Amino acid sequence: MPEEKTGQQIFLSGIGGQGILFITRLLAETAIHKELPVLTSETHGMAQRGGTVVSHLKVGCFTSPLIRPGRADGLLLLKAENLAQHRFYLKPGGWIVMNARSLPPAPDTSAGAVLHAAIHHIDADRLAEETGNPQSVNAIMLGFAAARASASAGTTPALFCSAEDIVAAIHQRFGQREKLLRSALEAFDLGLRHGR
Amino acid sequence: MSSRVLMMGNDAIARGLVENGCAVATSYPGTPASEILPAVVKWKKELSLPLHAQWAVNEKIAFEIAFAGSIAGLRTMVSMKQVGLNVAADPLLSAAYMGVKGGFIVICADDPGPHSSQTEQDSRLMAMFAKVPVLDPSTPREAKEFIALAYELSEAFEVPVLLRPTTRVCHASQDIALGDLLRIERNGGFRKEPTRWAATPKFRLLLHRGLNDKLKAMAVYPQTAPRLLSPGVTAKKAVVTSGVAAAHTKEIMDDLHLRDSCAVYQVLQPYPLHTDFMRTLLGTYDEILVLEETTGVIEMQLADRSKVRGKMSGAVPEAGELLPEHIERIIADFTGASAETAAPPPAAAGRRPSLCPGCPHRASFFAIKKAIPHSRSIYTSDIGCYTLGLNLGAIDTALCMGASVSQAAGFYHAYRQMGKETDIVATIGDSTFFHAGIPALIDAVVQDARFVLVVLDNSTTAMTGNQPTPATGIGACGDVTGKISIEGLVKSCGVAFCKEGNPYRVPHFVALLKEAREHSRTHGLAVVIARYPCLMDKRSKEERLPAVAVAISEECDGCGYCTKEFECPALEPDEAAKKVRINRILCTGCGVCLHVCPKRSIEGVERA
Repeated sequence: MPEEKTGQQIFLSGIGGQGILFITRLLAETAIHKELPVLTSETHGMAQRGGTVVSHLKVGCFTSPLIRPGRADGLLLLKAENLAQHRFYLKPGGWIVMNARSLPPAPDTSAGAVLHAAIHHIDADRLAEETGNPQSVNAIMLGFAAARASASAGTTPALFCSAEDIVAAIHQRFGQREKLLRSALEAFDLGLRHGR
Repeated sequence: MSSRVLMMGNDAIARGLVENGCAVATSYPGTPASEILPAVVKWKKELSLPLHAQWAVNEKIAFEIAFAGSIAGLRTMVSMKQVGLNVAADPLLSAAYMGVKGGFIVICADDPGPHSSQTEQDSRLMAMFAKVPVLDPSTPREAKEFIALAYELSEAFEVPVLLRPTTRVCHASQDIALGDLLRIERNGGFRKEPTRWAATPKFRLLLHRGLNDKLKAMAVYPQTAPRLLSPGVTAKKAVVTSGVAAAHTKEIMDDLHLRDSCAVYQVLQPYPLHTDFMRTLLGTYDEILVLEETTGVIEMQLADRSKVRGKMSGAVPEAGELLPEHIERIIADFTGASAETAAPPPAAAGRRPSLCPGCPHRASFFAIKKAIPHSRSIYTSDIGCYTLGLNLGAIDTALCMGASVSQAAGFYHAYRQMGKETDIVATIGDSTFFHAGIPALIDAVVQDARFVLVVLDNSTTAMTGNQPTPATGIGACGDVTGKISIEGLVKSCGVAFCKEGNPYRVPHFVALLKEAREHSRTHGLAVVIARYPCLMDKRSKEERLPAVAVAISEECDGCGYCTKEFECPALEPDEAAKKVRINRILCTGCGVCLHVCPKRSIEGVERA
């Protein structure tokens, strides 16, 4: 059997305009902050116009910017409808964190879908609207993931970083731009509290 | 604090350029190359560098400006996407003969997949055609390292060097260490040498012979020789790879425990392929697998085909991205290793790209369909965001930059010859109009072609990230530049009918289009400029109309007319309620949908 790489591979997807690239970058900057090597791969251009946007995040000693099917430690989905499309990236026992009103129905196993994944969901669209900042869906999801992916430790690997690490990366990214910083931190914290 | 910085491939390339003394940087935007020039500008500002950075009106002109900088002695670069190199092919082929003085890097980003392009063409073939060397980086970090290599190669042989990153290098990000800035003093200036820089055919023949000699010498240049990634391995099988395929291959060889049983070579310079390498490869190994994107450029240079597996043997696909899962299967087949078979991706396609909510182009397309119905018209269009008007049934053709105008003229001439009548509406964006639409417009006027040309003017190059156009009067560095008026151009091209309208004002805009159609039928070409700023362009905020609050009334019966004919992402079908609903997160309040519902079930409401 091929040996597993040490490190972590996270697949993120959503639709154009949701800020997939923003949270990918935050996680990548968190990795650098922890002095870990990092590679990401993103969608740009036409696909960003309301289409499906995906990004691959690999933390550790990797050379390829892409995750192979069945190798992702976790999926972070900003749009529930992407689950059927991207589930095949997940490795057996991996975690799924998704923005959804309710849990999805059990997957169709005839298509070879991975079972036994730990699925965590949160209605980030509603929470974002309630806070009056619809653009904060991505940061809420990141906070929620930070809480849940770590909580899954034991059966699945924890996220490569802690919530505190991500908060440090948020501070570094926004620096003195106080309004943006506060809004990102509040959204992240909201997600985190819902996850714990 | 870490000294490493997260850099996108394009940012890494830009950093490599400034670290290695690039003094002139030009570009025309195109995915996946668009971010290179803005990143150069960012470093220019941060480091207070004197370099000249600019967007040019198209790739040919960008190339020629940077080339002149090089023959004046400076290190320069031009960047574009693969389709852009077609536009710049003319100067590229001649510049190869003449060669350069200061290092000149032509960065051409390819898009296997294709993710955001009209073609999957392999620019390494263009390098081969033009007879210039090409370097093929595998990661963002390597892309930065290759800039130094490319400048050295370019100056050692006085030749333009092509750097060919692909989408997965340009838009991958990696932790990268910043290097020191090389200080280069160049005061030589342009040295006149007409037999070279203004060569007539007799001298071109000599220059061609000289270039052939350079290629032979570059094929033994040690710095760009292929790298053996598996030293110490005594195997009879070898994998040869380049570009991002090399990055995938390294990881897969480790995962499949093949590091000791198969030799792996990374080719840095796919053309000209190193002579010694070819000799060693064919002399040492019994079986050779070549993995590269997209065409078999390395493969076709290996003369003895009996040992080679690749695209020509059918082992490696000749179209599409060479994804790591494909490479894993191909390597497993080649070596006999067992690879994990993961579940195949589901056939279900994701959400298709669509014009943004509130996009003025959507309003223009809706008005065009209303004023000049599709059933008896031909809609030609072009390359840009507005190509997504395809979803609305408002586009019949999309060939290449500027072709909407020339194709409209072509249809007019063809129909006239057949004695048939049809209305023709061409749509083109403002940046594309400047890029390649003007010569086509001049030709249409001279040949008396009759159609309606709608210039979709959102005052920016939206698709590639809102770069300024020549009409904005803003440069790449945020500086004030000259300004060109689209109306002025259209009129001086000899078009009598040229009117401007705001597509958000639907009834008014529909009437304007009808008037243009009448003019085109009886008098000749009519141009309508549909003017409203792109909502993604932060510069244009104050030019926008106030937002309108809309709601779906009780009368809505979910007929789907608005979601099909208008396709605004903020209008969502509510299957359960058999109605349409407004997605408040997405709605921008453009109010255009008030004019869309034939039953008037979309209403304006007072704001609370």
